[in-house]
Amino acid sequence: MSTTYALELKDVRKNFGKTEIIRGVNLAVQAGERVAVIGPNGAGKSTLFNLISGRFGPTSGDILLNGQAIQHKKPYEINRMGLSRSFQITNIFPKLSVFENLRCAVLWSLGYKYTFFKFLSGLKDANERAEQLMDMIHLDKKRDVLAMNLTYAEQRALEIGVTIAGGADVILLDEPTAGMSKSETSRFIRLIKDVTVGKTLLTVEHDMGVVFGLADKIAVVVYGEVIAFDTPEAVRANAKVQEAYLGSSVADSQAGGH
Amino acid sequence: MSAVYQFKPYNVGRWVIWSLFALLLLLAPLVFTSNLSTTMLAQMGIAIIACLSYNMLLGQGGMLSFGHAVYTGLGSYMAIHALNAVTEGRLNIPVSLLPLIGGLTGMGFAILLGYVTTRKSGTPFAMITMGVAELVFAMSLMFSEFFGGEAGVSGNRVAGDAFWGINYGPQIQVYYLIAAYTFVCVALMFAFTQTPLGRILNAVRDNPERVEFIGYNTQRVRYLSFIIAGFFAGIAGGLGALNFEIVTAEVVGAGRSGAYLLFTFLGGATFFFGPIIGAILMVIAFVLLSELTKAWLLYLGLVFLFMVMYAPGGIASLIMMNLRVAKFGKLRQIWTSYLGLALTAFVMLAGAGAMIEMVYHLQLNSALGDTVKFMGATLNAKGLDSWFGCAFVMLTGLGSFELLRRQYMVEWGAIQTEIEKEIKRRETAV
Repeated sequence: MSTTYALELKDVRKNFGKTEIIRGVNLAVQAGERVAVIGPNGAGKSTLFNLISGRFGPTSGDILLNGQAIQHKKPYEINRMGLSRSFQITNIFPKLSVFENLRCAVLWSLGYKYTFFKFLSGLKDANERAEQLMDMIHLDKKRDVLAMNLTYAEQRALEIGVTIAGGADVILLDEPTAGMSKSETSRFIRLIKDVTVGKTLLTVEHDMGVVFGLADKIAVVVYGEVIAFDTPEAVRANAKVQEAYLGSSVADSQAGGH
Repeated sequence: MSAVYQFKPYNVGRWVIWSLFALLLLLAPLVFTSNLSTTMLAQMGIAIIACLSYNMLLGQGGMLSFGHAVYTGLGSYMAIHALNAVTEGRLNIPVSLLPLIGGLTGMGFAILLGYVTTRKSGTPFAMITMGVAELVFAMSLMFSEFFGGEAGVSGNRVAGDAFWGINYGPQIQVYYLIAAYTFVCVALMFAFTQTPLGRILNAVRDNPERVEFIGYNTQRVRYLSFIIAGFFAGIAGGLGALNFEIVTAEVVGAGRSGAYLLFTFLGGATFFFGPIIGAILMVIAFVLLSELTKAWLLYLGLVFLFMVMYAPGGIASLIMMNLRVAKFGKLRQIWTSYLGLALTAFVMLAGAGAMIEMVYHLQLNSALGDTVKFMGATLNAKGLDSWFGCAFVMLTGLGSFELLRRQYMVEWGAIQTEIEKEIKRRETAV
């Protein structure tokens, strides 16, 4: 039996004008794996996420979600097939309450589509799921607060909540801890671990402590290519990676006792 | 912000509000009994439906449409043609149902034209609606069989068989027909805001990009909402046709579309009930203010300008902000400021109004002499002392208003911080 990967990229390329940003990426992620995508600024990590989630179409190459090609699909079609993503810059619904943000995010997955013949208050499953999500991301005390009035850390949590709400199996998190303090980050990583149990997770991350703590595998992106994709130990030992990117930061983190 | 998001199984407050609304519609013509007021009440009902349907786009969907009159207007035309068909015996439906023909027409054209319009959002959306509105208005001049040319299309609403003695001859019968439609349409449009599509429409307004990543096609959300808004707009148009018994090309014109935008905004687009206030003001402005002064459009423009700058949430948000202050028992601290602000504003407006009236008098009525009567005073439009006096009154008003406003803003800020503290305290107490 040939294995079907949860997410597979085959020679994916993306040009913006004449500039080649993604230069032939190959990546195969198995179901349930937690993958950290690391690389220097401008390496193309966010672009890669945008290509996978359908924000842009790739110039060439195939992207397969559970074996099905998604490279020409719209973001909402990809989402319906079971892939959900978060954003580096918080991207929620500012004038809706925490509860409404989450309820909006669960509606499609529960099959309510564009219906206008049912009252939201009568959708028991949607309301229960939204309440449950609110507990999971520890915002149950902020139920009726508008998203724009939350603190930054709370907005980041809501961003994760909206992302996982639809129950997608493949989750992409684009720098979930960006802009957070050290203590917030460690709490937040625990939260991410909790809410993504059993799911395939890809996350862009800068904090090396987080990367080695969270990930089963690490993908190193440099200049639009994946130069290594392996377990943390193997990546740490990889000469190419050390030369191209990690170098001093690995030495630092080892010295720091990570 | 835009609604109370609690789902209690039995919401007492809501029942009270809707009963009061029904009662108000029922009793209004018994309190205001003159012919003029019955006519105005009927127009208010129509305007309420039109503005609420417009706000489905503006306030709830973030779609700034410059062409909503297309859907009300075409609804009006189809309804009056249907009325004439009933009169001539070619069509056999009760007159009471003609507004539904208007509604279906509005919906039909929204399906057709909205398909193009709602492919875009933001500025391109606004531009396309404007283009469509111009297109339809140009057509109204070309196809005079349907649009009736300069004279428009007239009809007689006393048509078909009378039902329980109701033949819609007297204005009061038409009022109650309009009131019934108003109640049902307002209820349905409110219900829409409580459905999955209605809520996703809010999400599309807030952040269309993210909506695409939670499984929804934003174009589809806008398109469906546009069609529903078109339906209610058409009903308003159909009621207008029955009320006036004549439909002229101005009902699809840019002026009408602009009025919907202006008064919906003035009433408050962020709250469901805002456009109702706007609609009532619209009828008052068009019927009463235009009688009172020739400069009414200028005053309207000034009010609009003032609101956009200082109260972008419209009258509804001003009410809600002060209700919040009242709820925390702090309205007592600022009511004297309100009194002062109102007085100084009145002085300022009296001075400015007198000068505006004098300018209009010189431009339009100078043959009638130089004297202008304004709020009981006799002014000489060519006299230096009149101008000097008016300017003095206006500047005094303006100066003291500005001083009071600054003081008021400080008080307001202090009260808001107190309220925030109070909320925090209650939160931690729980």
